[in-house]
Amino acid sequence: MFVDVRNLSKHFAPTGFSRGPTVRAVEDVSFGIPRGKVVGLVGESGSGKTTIGRSVLRLIEPTSGEVRIDGTDIRVLSAAELRKARQRMQYVFQDPYASLSPRMTIGQILTEGMDIQKLGTKADRRRKAAEVLALVEMPEDALNRYPHEFSGGQRQRIGLARALALEPEFIVADEPVSALDVSIQAQVINLMRDLQLRLGLTMLFISHDLAVVEYICDTVVVLYLGRVMEIAPAADLYAHPQHPYTRALLSAIPSPDPEKRKQRQILTGDIPSPSSPPSGCVFRTRCPMAASECAVVNPAMKSAGEGHFYACLRV
Amino acid sequence: MGAPVLEIAGLRTVFRIAGRELAAVADIDLAIASGETLALVGESGSGKSVTSLSIMGLLPRRVARIEAGEIRLRRRSGAVERLTMLDDEGLRQLRGNEIGMIFQEPMTSLNPVYTVGEQIAEPIRIHQRLPRREAAARAVRLLADVGIPDPERRARQFPHELSGGMRQRVTIAMALACDPELLIADEPTTALDVTIQAQVLELLQQLQRDRGMAILFVTHNLGVVAEIADRVAVMYAGRIVETGPVAEVFAHPRHPYTRGLLASIPRLGEAVKLKERGEPLPAIAGSVPSLMRLPAGCAFAPRCPMEIPACRAAVPTLEQVGPERRARCIRWEEV
Repeated sequence: MFVDVRNLSKHFAPTGFSRGPTVRAVEDVSFGIPRGKVVGLVGESGSGKTTIGRSVLRLIEPTSGEVRIDGTDIRVLSAAELRKARQRMQYVFQDPYASLSPRMTIGQILTEGMDIQKLGTKADRRRKAAEVLALVEMPEDALNRYPHEFSGGQRQRIGLARALALEPEFIVADEPVSALDVSIQAQVINLMRDLQLRLGLTMLFISHDLAVVEYICDTVVVLYLGRVMEIAPAADLYAHPQHPYTRALLSAIPSPDPEKRKQRQILTGDIPSPSSPPSGCVFRTRCPMAASECAVVNPAMKSAGEGHFYACLRV
Repeated sequence: MGAPVLEIAGLRTVFRIAGRELAAVADIDLAIASGETLALVGESGSGKSVTSLSIMGLLPRRVARIEAGEIRLRRRSGAVERLTMLDDEGLRQLRGNEIGMIFQEPMTSLNPVYTVGEQIAEPIRIHQRLPRREAAARAVRLLADVGIPDPERRARQFPHELSGGMRQRVTIAMALACDPELLIADEPTTALDVTIQAQVLELLQQLQRDRGMAILFVTHNLGVVAEIADRVAVMYAGRIVETGPVAEVFAHPRHPYTRGLLASIPRLGEAVKLKERGEPLPAIAGSVPSLMRLPAGCAFAPRCPMEIPACRAAVPTLEQVGPERRARCIRWEEV
């Protein structure tokens, strides 16, 4: 595995003026990403998907567990070593409006990472900026313009270009198309897929939307309240979902095809707070199949075919 | 269709931008009957929210005004009111009373320093002049109607004590407090998780069956349109480009934009097949034009796979393309 996440947990203890219980944002999560493959992390609010993404690049410190990238345990790296390692791993943010500095030209935005890493000469950096801009199918004259001159879709392309400028091997993309219009989402996903294949990138793709990750991901991890409910190869997950939560999540996505408007299964109740997760299986309070044992036993992963695992006592 | 509750004819709303007045929406014709849901669907900048703000009289007055057209509301009394002729006070008496409103962010529509019970009771006291205690009792009943468990206790809580889904239920209770003829719901489920969205959509449908109000549902999500609406009006660059019954429009779109938009929604289980065949996801090339730089003629022409020189000559009219169906495309017969 190029990226190997084992038993990752992240708890947020109350700090400063906040009181109350510890938030268990991520609890015992394990998954791997083979080199050149894409894994999707999918879940609703409070599922811990962003916390996992940030822990994997050590933008926040995990509470326990191991994260290895290309064999290196990133938790033991010194600050200097981490900075060096970060060149090989990049983060793409959700909001193309908030993640680009309004006072910098696109050229400055694209060369900033190379400046920090002290890569090449000034001319080299400028050349590289033009090159990645072409990769994301943007015109070269964009280099001297400012972010506000571009649409949301174009800004997200610039965000991608910034990540690619350092020639990373591994990218964490956190909801990269969620802020974009439908007609633009597909363009950006196609571009990401194309670049991922051409450059052989390894990617962790985070989304709240199961429909969005299907095309780009080889494997999908379904999360609920910081825990893994199901992991499966993409094709298998959509064709044969096992976990009741995965099924409910798929069923809740409104379908634009009137003839496919199946009898929907609507989950009752709210997502519990990650500061007081239910005992046993965390999904049991909303699960249509829950039984008394679900409140007692924390379900272990079961296999449902190659690379397909789910955590449910009842299925 | 019975007599419409809401009727819009020739609406044109302009914004003053950089010293010029630009039409954010133009040529809008719409009608909604009691018990009917019309979805106004479009991407950012399409003018769907400007249309709903124009109806509610909530346009930012310093920069925007209704330049032309009429908006008529059939009141509870049966009288037809021209909303465009009303002053602020007249509109204030209708909003929250005969026109209910729900917005995207429940937290910003709720006042953090009042209990939810007080906030639901407020329109009842103002518009229906019920005494405080009766209004409070009505608020608790409304909380029960929108599916909030333990409504007496919840009525005494503050918005921050409720989850996002609960808060949106509270704003729905507020909107329905005075039994409006028309409910305007502007992206009401966009900020919600998908399993909570499903609950809220079902709730709105059930409330409409019980109360028979007309709903104008503004959304960017075509899946949500298919779930909730009877008819749909698709907007692009400030104009309605296609309108008709949802099932027909979605099965046989007559405008290339509608067709492209429908094709670009990810279908569960389909994307994997495209990937295995090495094909890209269907997408619409280019991006939505800005108001400042609208192309001549059909605004969709620069992105349209069916564009011909005639498309650039004039803005196409909204043509009748079937019973109850219209499309703004000169080549609709070939779509």
